[in-house]
Amino acid sequence: MQLLLEQLINGLTIGSFYALIALGYSMVYGVLKLINFAHGDFFTMGSYIGYTVLVLGAAALTVQFGPWIGMLSAICVAAGSLTIVGLLVERVAYRPVYPVGRLPAVVSALGASIFLQNTIMLIWGPRYQAYPAALIPVVRFQLGGINITLLQVIILVLSFFLMSVLYYIIQRTTFGAAVRATAHDRDTASLMGINFNRVILFIFTLGPALGATAGVMVGMYYRQISFTMGWNYGLKAFTATILGGIGNLPGAMFGGLILGVLEMLGAAYISAAWKDVFVFLILILVLIFRPNGLFGEKIAEKV
Amino acid sequence: MALSRPYSDREVVLETKGLTKIFGGLKAVNDFDLVVHKGEILSLIGPNGAGKTTVFNVVTGIYKPEHGGVIFRGTNITGKKPHQIVSHGIARTFQNIRLFQDMTCLENIMAGQHCRASSGLFSSVFRTPSMRRQERRIARVAQERIKQVDLAQFKDELAKNIAYGSQRMLEIARALASEPQLLVLDEPSSGLNPKETQDLMDFLKRLILHEDLTILLIEHDMNVVMGISDWVVVMDEGKKIAQGLPLDIYNDEAVIEAYLGKDDEGEERVGPVVHW
Amino acid sequence: MSALAKIFKNTPWYIPAALTALIIYPFLVSNYFIDIAFFFGIYALLGLSLNIVLGEVGLFDLGHAGFYAIGAYVTAILNTRYQIPILALLPISAFAAALFAYIVCSPIIHLKGDYLCIVTIGMGEIVRLALINNPFDLTGGPNGVFGVDFPKLAPGIVIDSSIKYYFLIWAVVGLSILGLVSLQHSRIGRAWNCIREDGIAAGTTGINVRHYKLLAFVIGAGLAGVAGNIYASKLMCVSPESFTFWESCLMFCIVLIGGMGSIPGVIIGAGFISLFPEIFRPFAMYRMLVFGSVMIVMMMFRPGGFWPRKRGGVSFRSLLEDTVDGAV
Repeated sequence: MQLLLEQLINGLTIGSFYALIALGYSMVYGVLKLINFAHGDFFTMGSYIGYTVLVLGAAALTVQFGPWIGMLSAICVAAGSLTIVGLLVERVAYRPVYPVGRLPAVVSALGASIFLQNTIMLIWGPRYQAYPAALIPVVRFQLGGINITLLQVIILVLSFFLMSVLYYIIQRTTFGAAVRATAHDRDTASLMGINFNRVILFIFTLGPALGATAGVMVGMYYRQISFTMGWNYGLKAFTATILGGIGNLPGAMFGGLILGVLEMLGAAYISAAWKDVFVFLILILVLIFRPNGLFGEKIAEKV
Repeated sequence: MALSRPYSDREVVLETKGLTKIFGGLKAVNDFDLVVHKGEILSLIGPNGAGKTTVFNVVTGIYKPEHGGVIFRGTNITGKKPHQIVSHGIARTFQNIRLFQDMTCLENIMAGQHCRASSGLFSSVFRTPSMRRQERRIARVAQERIKQVDLAQFKDELAKNIAYGSQRMLEIARALASEPQLLVLDEPSSGLNPKETQDLMDFLKRLILHEDLTILLIEHDMNVVMGISDWVVVMDEGKKIAQGLPLDIYNDEAVIEAYLGKDDEGEERVGPVVHW
Repeated sequence: MSALAKIFKNTPWYIPAALTALIIYPFLVSNYFIDIAFFFGIYALLGLSLNIVLGEVGLFDLGHAGFYAIGAYVTAILNTRYQIPILALLPISAFAAALFAYIVCSPIIHLKGDYLCIVTIGMGEIVRLALINNPFDLTGGPNGVFGVDFPKLAPGIVIDSSIKYYFLIWAVVGLSILGLVSLQHSRIGRAWNCIREDGIAAGTTGINVRHYKLLAFVIGAGLAGVAGNIYASKLMCVSPESFTFWESCLMFCIVLIGGMGSIPGVIIGAGFISLFPEIFRPFAMYRMLVFGSVMIVMMMFRPGGFWPRKRGGVSFRSLLEDTVDGAV
């Protein structure tokens, strides 16, 4: 039982990473119907920028203000930088291409992903980099008999906070309604006076920022980062997006969390080597029986 | 008193019994009965949202009804897949024209012949004599049909590049290419100007005269309904509310109410024929 | 006019030109460059196989490397364990990949475009991961299987050198092109294109959409399996890292950059994908940056691909079928 709960916590932690990344995919996909392949690389880039911040400056900050401030500053810098990168990529690689068609946009997205990945490699080198261990205190404690680390708690709290904020914005504000409307029917939304460019601004700043945050947290959790990890995380996060129902933001969040938990349970109770297979099989089964995802709506197509 | 129904002595080509189609909580089609006789032109009319297209979609296999059935020339076709229904002999067009945009006009029509040929993978790859015979037949039928709708000069033009009115005729030609017994047309005059509409009406009248065909259509244009229908069925809110000869329907109280809403003063309707 | 003369008259100029170039090329260059052309051929075959699914029918298949892997591994395993000759394994590998596609795609073939995409990605990954995990000690894990034999075409004719592999792959590509062009000009090819244009209209026009979608996957998988067979024997070993999601993406790009549903386009796309890294070798570090940028730029200026599909065209058609009697 204890083990199960610990695995659950582990699963939720990883699930938070997937959820944060999945939100970025879901936002872009919902509005543009584009699979943003570069999103995994936003995540990676965030991770590397966080690494640089910690290595370069955070030491001083830590001495001054304590360890978690270092982490926070890394997150802020990474998220901030990625908002710029995200907008750049949208302007250069997507905006000229998506009026043309969905498939060319996919190729362009792949091209952007290749470009970003190799940029990361050129700047930081092809080898694994390690987050400085000294700056991440390992504090373990027991919560109701379960072993848990402070880092996990912080990750979970921060993730849930960010997800709640986003949920609030999307579901309860006027602007959020505008985003949802655009995702539903772009032309009508713009006819209703919704500023499409502002919606784009929103999704291509917030999405990458969330992804970057996840990247820094992954760096802190696993300590090791590589320039190809965006591929793997991106794919799983996109799986989570589909699981939750395309374009459905709360669905993406839950999809990510569920995916993380399933992965951990699969690793613990089936086999670590086959856990990814397990995850994908679940996805396929879900789609066979619930083609619109777990939370997707069944909208009858007008023929 | 209404005169008796023309063609009622002929074979029943299509029949729906108690047809019901439910979307979520909405009964789009509610216990709908329809009888179509061989050789007639039957118009299905009614205000928007009455369920007419849904009936068509059920008949042509796009939706499965919750209750009730569809019988075509004695065979129960309820719930069959669209391509099977085409093989049985029903062909349709769509309200908002669904052509194969990036294919040529001739290719669009040839697609209609797909179900009347049978070459499989082996014979197609190796172009066996039987396959080539079938291809020649497909091309020949397609050329006949494209000439029939006066679009022969556009045979190698992409479907998306021809005029709207021509696209409507192309879609009809594609439907005819599948050698149907029943032609189901969803608002064929929608978007056509008065001349094109008249041409369409003449075309349909000629069609039924020369070919072994029955036509079921949804229409909003009363000129067309009055001009070519043998029988009219009226739907509102998923149900049949009236049926009869075109003139009887035109003057029917319930029908007018359905289209226009109840008129308190009960004034007689005067004026020219209106599109609604 | 005799049949032969008709063919001569209607063949576009680039076909004899390309054939001549193809035949002379390996005698003019070193083995290194022959091998590059060999891999060009492999990518051409893979591109053609994906083109059926993606180009003709318009199904988003991002897991095609899985079928490629199955062909390669079936060849490698059956050859190294049971000494079954490579040539015999060519149809067997194709069949194995095709059967896999049939079993795996049947339950998911109805899925909407993007959901199908993610499922194919998942399938490709499942195949790759299964190969790495070495179930029943069959696949050799991350190191793969080695010691694959050479194909024997006939007693005395063994494909064991770069130049022979070159001719083998391009002969297979050539035959595939003939078959695929024939299919394009048949009711099957037209049905595929109709499904791509509008699945619902295709159904109500009389096309069994499910059947033809599955057929496309099965044929596409089979052809990819053939590529796997030839690849396995050329490299003499197979390992999971040749069959990653990245490979599926490359194939996807080949079809899109070349021109969806366009056979000459796919060949050009394959050329681009396989030759580009070579041409840019001097810029080693930056070549992937350039590669990515070129992809983006191409989609901006030529989204239809290098050589978009021409419809209603006369050129290839006359090669293979009788002209229709009586001009309209």
